[in-house]
Amino acid sequence: MSQAVMNTKQRAIRKDNPALALIGKILLYAVLIFVGVFTLIPFVWMISSSLKLDREVFVYPIQWIPETFRWENYVKIWQKAPLLTYFKNTAIIAIVVTCLQTLTSSFAAYAFAKLRFKGRDLLFMAYIATIAVPWQAYMLPQFIMMRSMGLYDTLWAMIVLQAFSAFGVFLMRQFYQSIPTDLCEAARIDGLSEYGIWFRIMLPLSKAAIATLVIFTFVGTWNDYMGPMIYLTRDVNKTVQVGLRRFIQENSSDYHLIMAASLCSLLPVSIVFLCLQKYFIEGIATSGLKG
Amino acid sequence: MAQTAAKPKKRKMSRLERKNTLIAYSFLAPNFLGFAIFTLVPVVFSILLSFINWNGGALSTMQWVNFDNYATIFNIDKVIDKFADGIAAVQAGETDWAKLMDKNFLYFFNRVDLGIALKNTLFYTVITVPLTLVCSIALAIALNKAVKGAVVFRTIFFFPYVASMVAICVCWNFMLMKDGPINQLIMALGIPFNKSWTADSTMAMWAIILVSVWRNMGYYMVIYLAALQGVPVELYEAATVDGANKWQQFRNVTLPQLKPTTFFASIMMIISCFKIYDVVAIMTEGGPGRSTKMLVTYIYEQAFAKIKYGEASAIAMVLLVIVLTITIIQFSSEKKFAND
Repeated sequence: MSQAVMNTKQRAIRKDNPALALIGKILLYAVLIFVGVFTLIPFVWMISSSLKLDREVFVYPIQWIPETFRWENYVKIWQKAPLLTYFKNTAIIAIVVTCLQTLTSSFAAYAFAKLRFKGRDLLFMAYIATIAVPWQAYMLPQFIMMRSMGLYDTLWAMIVLQAFSAFGVFLMRQFYQSIPTDLCEAARIDGLSEYGIWFRIMLPLSKAAIATLVIFTFVGTWNDYMGPMIYLTRDVNKTVQVGLRRFIQENSSDYHLIMAASLCSLLPVSIVFLCLQKYFIEGIATSGLKG
Repeated sequence: MAQTAAKPKKRKMSRLERKNTLIAYSFLAPNFLGFAIFTLVPVVFSILLSFINWNGGALSTMQWVNFDNYATIFNIDKVIDKFADGIAAVQAGETDWAKLMDKNFLYFFNRVDLGIALKNTLFYTVITVPLTLVCSIALAIALNKAVKGAVVFRTIFFFPYVASMVAICVCWNFMLMKDGPINQLIMALGIPFNKSWTADSTMAMWAIILVSVWRNMGYYMVIYLAALQGVPVELYEAATVDGANKWQQFRNVTLPQLKPTTFFASIMMIISCFKIYDVVAIMTEGGPGRSTKMLVTYIYEQAFAKIKYGEASAIAMVLLVIVLTITIIQFSSEKKFAND
């Protein structure tokens, strides 16, 4: 009882007191801005350091804006390592994997979601079960098999490694199941083949899901580190991530150059993210939990 | 009667069924072939390999050794010996418990590589998961209010998640160096600390935790934002009518409503924590000493640096069992949460 009275009182105070509300608002923004700064600081520091001389990077007190902007750092890095090759390799892998993944998994997902056939549930269980198995648990046998197939140290290794993930099938199936089966039935009566239904009805309807899958596959492939680390050894085959790692090890005290190269490695994915972030957020919000 | 009626129908269906099955298989084939060869077979192979002694030579050098690989990675003989020694010492009147624990009873977690890797991974998980949860819930609740520029903040918080590991880890590494900006800040606050974080055996783990939380909180924030939007407004209205203040609303409405999300987010996080590799490989390479050695870094080291395939697979099975156990817990609780 007294508790309730007190609460009503508090509420009355809160409502009648615009100053308190204002303080709350200010506090809220203060926290958001503080965390925002904390989140962005490494990137700011990266940009700032990439435009300095190596001996300026760790001066005390820290200089956020370089005295003179050393744009030449961004020229030097391309001469120090075959960065262009790394970018080209990564782009090839990312694009091929994204295409293969989207195509084959939407194809398979259609069968799982809309067709009846023997062994469907069992097969789907196998897919689901392997999502739960961490890749690190079977990366070694996979590596041994790939090597015996002659795929070691080729871009193909990275492509086949990631192009047939069970997760893509799962994601697309979830989406296809939300499309009414009546739609397929109607199309079947109209004489459309299953392939026709997939191409003319399912594919156009699942643009949002495809966008999500494309983005996640692209970013995942671009940022993959452990895979290329295991499979790609020759410089001509390296991806941006392992190439950058090599760059870091070979020029370990050229902090300014490392930061410049790191920044370049971030650019493509950052641009994709900033342009398509709506799909990112929606994709995680709807599929993140199930994945 | 029913049977005779069903029979011809069934036969007709089965021809159609066969055709449908063929069509279905043609849809599945492209993905399934790749999936079977590059995922399904290796998974099975991996279990077998953990019972085989093989150092990557010709296939004929493979040798079935039952549980030897497991005995080796757990260093089971020595662990038992030390344990027995410890018990004998206690019976003999030894009372230096700290020493007994360290040298005898906890020999596995303090001396054996696998034990250390398990201990480190567990420590990392136990700290990282709650920290990330708290940060992501707080951010989601803050952004769920009518703030100006919510989209900008959301983009900023989420950004580290898409940034590549190598770049952000090397950047954090530099920032956490002896004369780096973080230490400058700490010194400015009057705390004497003048070491590279990743070169210090206690701080290295905290550096990894810091980067992990920093990177992942935006991702889980997005999940929480979606969940918050699903909380019925009526609940808050009812709570307000009942005179609940903001904190009570949070305690009694928001948190219970977010319970399923929190559960799944925790499971996802725990699993990804157990699979941690990139951050460690780039920032500390498991060091200094063995202070940040994790399960996956240990697998990697045994598999690709020491070429001990059998032992690497046995460690991989330990990881597999842990992750599968967590997944099974998730599945069995799924029903419970659905009914709540």
